[in-house]
Amino acid sequence: MKASTAERWLSLFILPSLNLLTAFFFTALILLITNVNPIEAAHYMIQGAFGSQEGWGYTLYYTTNFIFTGLAVAIAFHAGLFNIGGEGQAYIGGLGVTLVALGLSPYLPALIVIPLSIIAGALFGAAWAAIPGYLQAYRDSHIVITTIMFNFIAASLMVYLLVNVFAVPGEMTPASRSFPDDIKLWQWHEFMGFFGVDFDSSPLNISLLLALLCCYGVWFLLWKTRWGYEIRTVGANPDAAIYAGINPRKIWVLAMLLGGALAGLVSVNELLGVQHRLVLGFNAGYGFAGIAVALMGRNHPIGIILAALLFGALYQGGAELAFEMPNVTRDMVIVIQGLIILFSGAMEFMYQPLVRRLLWRWVRAGA
Amino acid sequence: MSIDPNASLALELLEVSKQFGAVKANQDINLSVVSGSVHGIIGENGAGKSTLMSIIYGLYQPDKGQIRVNGQAIQLRNPQQAISLGIGMVHQHFMLVETFTALENIILGAEGGALLKTTTATARQQLEQIIARHGLAVPLDIPVAELSVGVQQRIEILKALYRNARILILDEPTGVLTPQEADELFVILRQLTAQGVTVLLITHKLREIMAITDQVSVMRQGRMVAHRKTAETTIAELAELMVGRKVRHTVEYSEVALGTERLRVKDLVVRDASGVERVKKVNFHLNAGEIVGVAGVSGNGQSELLQVLAGIISPTAGEIHYSQHMITPKTPIDAAEVRRWGVAHVPEDRHRMGLVLPFQAYESQILGYQSEPKYNKGLSQNYTAMLNTYAEQAEKFDIRPRSPYLKSASFSGGNQQKIVISREINAEPEVLLVGQPTRGVDIGAIEFIHQQLMELRARGKAILLVSVELDEIISLSDRIIVMCDGMITGEVAREEVNETLLGMLMANATGEQHG
Amino acid sequence: MNDILTFITLALDATLRVATPLILAALAGLFSERSGIVDIGLEGKMLVGAFAAGAVAYWTGSAWLGLGAAMLASMGFALLHGLACITYQGNQVVSGVAINILASGLTTILGLAWFHQGGSTPPLVGAQRFNDITLPGADALKSVPVLGDFYANVLSGHNILVYIALLLVPFCAWVLYKTRFGLRIRAVGENPKAVDTAGVSVALLRYRAVLIAGALCGIAGAYLSTAQNAQFIRDMTAGQGFMALAALIFAKWRPWPILAAALLFGFLDALAIRMQGVSLPLIGQVPVQLIESLPYILTVVLLAGFIGKAMPPKALGLPYLKEQR
Repeated sequence: MKASTAERWLSLFILPSLNLLTAFFFTALILLITNVNPIEAAHYMIQGAFGSQEGWGYTLYYTTNFIFTGLAVAIAFHAGLFNIGGEGQAYIGGLGVTLVALGLSPYLPALIVIPLSIIAGALFGAAWAAIPGYLQAYRDSHIVITTIMFNFIAASLMVYLLVNVFAVPGEMTPASRSFPDDIKLWQWHEFMGFFGVDFDSSPLNISLLLALLCCYGVWFLLWKTRWGYEIRTVGANPDAAIYAGINPRKIWVLAMLLGGALAGLVSVNELLGVQHRLVLGFNAGYGFAGIAVALMGRNHPIGIILAALLFGALYQGGAELAFEMPNVTRDMVIVIQGLIILFSGAMEFMYQPLVRRLLWRWVRAGA
Repeated sequence: MSIDPNASLALELLEVSKQFGAVKANQDINLSVVSGSVHGIIGENGAGKSTLMSIIYGLYQPDKGQIRVNGQAIQLRNPQQAISLGIGMVHQHFMLVETFTALENIILGAEGGALLKTTTATARQQLEQIIARHGLAVPLDIPVAELSVGVQQRIEILKALYRNARILILDEPTGVLTPQEADELFVILRQLTAQGVTVLLITHKLREIMAITDQVSVMRQGRMVAHRKTAETTIAELAELMVGRKVRHTVEYSEVALGTERLRVKDLVVRDASGVERVKKVNFHLNAGEIVGVAGVSGNGQSELLQVLAGIISPTAGEIHYSQHMITPKTPIDAAEVRRWGVAHVPEDRHRMGLVLPFQAYESQILGYQSEPKYNKGLSQNYTAMLNTYAEQAEKFDIRPRSPYLKSASFSGGNQQKIVISREINAEPEVLLVGQPTRGVDIGAIEFIHQQLMELRARGKAILLVSVELDEIISLSDRIIVMCDGMITGEVAREEVNETLLGMLMANATGEQHG
Repeated sequence: MNDILTFITLALDATLRVATPLILAALAGLFSERSGIVDIGLEGKMLVGAFAAGAVAYWTGSAWLGLGAAMLASMGFALLHGLACITYQGNQVVSGVAINILASGLTTILGLAWFHQGGSTPPLVGAQRFNDITLPGADALKSVPVLGDFYANVLSGHNILVYIALLLVPFCAWVLYKTRFGLRIRAVGENPKAVDTAGVSVALLRYRAVLIAGALCGIAGAYLSTAQNAQFIRDMTAGQGFMALAALIFAKWRPWPILAAALLFGFLDALAIRMQGVSLPLIGQVPVQLIESLPYILTVVLLAGFIGKAMPPKALGLPYLKEQR
């Protein structure tokens, strides 16, 4: 084996696996502390996530959200920005979806309203991300801080709108009125039924296809077009970008626009696909989970699909686990998520010196 | 500590070696430094001088070998230990906290007590004594960021003296100084040695070695190749020892007919982000078929000149004419547009600008040309064209290894530079702006790069060459303009060139302002 | 007239209560960030502290032991942050995000496992809490208009942690600007190489700063569960860690302005509660949510340089690599 191949294996496979195993090890430890048999728990989780069509349906429905927010983090990352505002961008995206779905449906047929509503979700998310992007690019304010602040501002704004604008008189829960019956996406079982295949009912809808399409789009953009070339140049070396006649400021705003649009699409899955109305906190946690997904997926669409699937399975399996074992709640999933971000993200290179040493010994012995 | 008059040794290195990965930075280094002397260490960039100094200061631990201070064998694990043994260091890039005052910077790490009030009072007293004794004028209570580079350097020296340094290491101390400041520094160094301090001076400038040192040791490719008494050697001998053979005037110079004017610069002024004037009312022109060299001590406005000409920064005043195109303060410009005018640019620092280190070689090979139609096919980039271009250029410029998929970071300095230069020459520019084309490049590649520039000139192109290597400027240029403190202090035709004249112009010693 | 005075007095009193955890957490962030370590994990460390205080105070019956546990637990998380950022030179923002998420999940899970009350700890009574203290002479001075009123109704009648937080401001300012330790902390956040070459360990300094941040977040957390409230409730920090971060930035990383920023943000919060449903002359009803999000909006505006530029420590967020080659 050549040294360069060994290095590739190290960074693509060995280290990520070790990091993930470490996260799982600590999860098991915490389960033991709370008097839960980790092996039994794992069994329930896997069974719950993949043991039935319904399980798969839920798993993939969560996966869809994670793909969107994972891509939202990744695309900004390639431009050298840390977008931790996915949470707020998804939320505001929901506003766009709802405004179009409720506002245009009396005048236009569903076949036109639905695409417009999807576009509005993306545009609103993009706009919400563009402000921190602009402030970073042209006013030197740190994107991490501004996107955090924008998450909170988005939450306040949405609460205000839900309580004062969208609220249905007489209803206790802060939610908008339902979209008209025809303003919704195909459920997966309907979609499969069209081809004569039976599939159990679940929240999974054709947003999954949209998410996969976005993965392809992001991959194509980043590695096949000159805009992607420019984004990656800015991310890797802003000085070289200026030298090459690329304006990093424009690229930063562009990357944030794209990231925000992707995060905004979470609302398509949630509102057009499942809830069929605007509800409080439909975005909860997906934005932050997107950071974990992007980190685990090494900011590459293929990796993001795999990581999103893992997180989807954790979410669904975690729900199932909470149902089967009264001692455990879905918060276990939050812990796993935290541990994964810690070990696959912040302590990414913890094992590198050790593994590299072992690997080199092995490579030398082989040569 | 008193000084032994019988030439006792302040510092000795025996067979010291240090390796980074596969790079042997220092191999079997032997060195003896006499107490109270100025000892020079000279060598080209990358010869291993800085690594050696870092070892002596405890920043790096040697893989093998012994260090002796005042005859005692010692093990240095960190700078703290070096400091306690009386070793002080003035780094090439100053180690100062810019928001702190000189006083705060000096006491940092040697405060003496937990409360600043008492320690600063005693420190101030001591410092005033040291200042008086050595004639080191430094304002103690002004934030360092507001002080000139020369004063900042004196603060670094004070820092070492405050820690009772008896051996003072200076790493390329004059690189950032004006000639006057450098002279002042030498006076200070002489005063220090008179009081028994030993000075170790690391530089790649021969003239400095001759001017100030008592002994000199020469390093080449990680090895110590010679020790000489300064009085018993010559610049020519040292130069030869440094490069390992007779100094180059390697390029075949041939007459090329001058063509039309390609670039004219009128009253150009450039201010940097902090408002300091870096280029001051500069005027010159450049014709097809000539190489104009820009000489000067680094940091005298050449970098800014190059960047403003390449469209990377905007001028504050004045005009730049490229044939029918023009850059003024009022016309916003970017590097892409200047490139479209047929102007190519080899930047001074390939890592900072010329390459994207994580990119594969063929990707770096189109940096700046990514929008050209030939590299694009509809929405997508044209990978066949990109790979073909790389294959062609790699063959022509002998870029090793040939693999287009290798990361730019994995190439040696010389090969990285070939990627940059081949890219810019391949664009067939009418004007080529070149900064430090051979910095950190091995000798074989230097010759090759010089030949390429001469060929381009022979094809009737115009070349502006900015370099701090006088040899390079002299052997390649048809005309040399000299910059000092942002101004052009003189222009010398190839026939009139001699090093003394250039040196005086670089120091602005003739006092004239040319323009 | 009296109505307005009462309103102001009550609002100021509430301001102090809300501002206390912000002051503590922002001071925590001050040490961490002045040493060059980004700390967006203030929220998580506060939460862990709140949980530890709630649990231990309940078990031992002592609020003080709860406080100690809070500081230790929060310092444990700070150590994790230090490990990731200093020893393994990881991304500091990522580490902070991990700590926040981990804290949220872990406190709930352990709370459920140990107390079976939906993630809360059992209610605390008597000495399990920090109770309000009446400052000497408060009753006597009550009748003196304005000043006495202010002393009795705003300054007096808080728990000990409020006073500790207020005293910590001058103390932290003193540590940062008047001691050797403070000098070194400020230096390492600006130029770690200068500190290293001066023979002082960058890693050790940063670990100490990060641990101090942990201890202060622990106090802030204990305040939430054993002083302001009488139990730990899941996710009870509810963004106060981020509000503290905003206060830190708004104060441009300086201790006294932190006090001012925290008081301002606390006042806005107190105002938001009192303005609920209140109609103002001319303006009409101000949306509560707008007042609530004002701290974030103000911070964004400040960061954008519209009201004076906030200059963060120069080396903030950059891991320090010793043998750079």
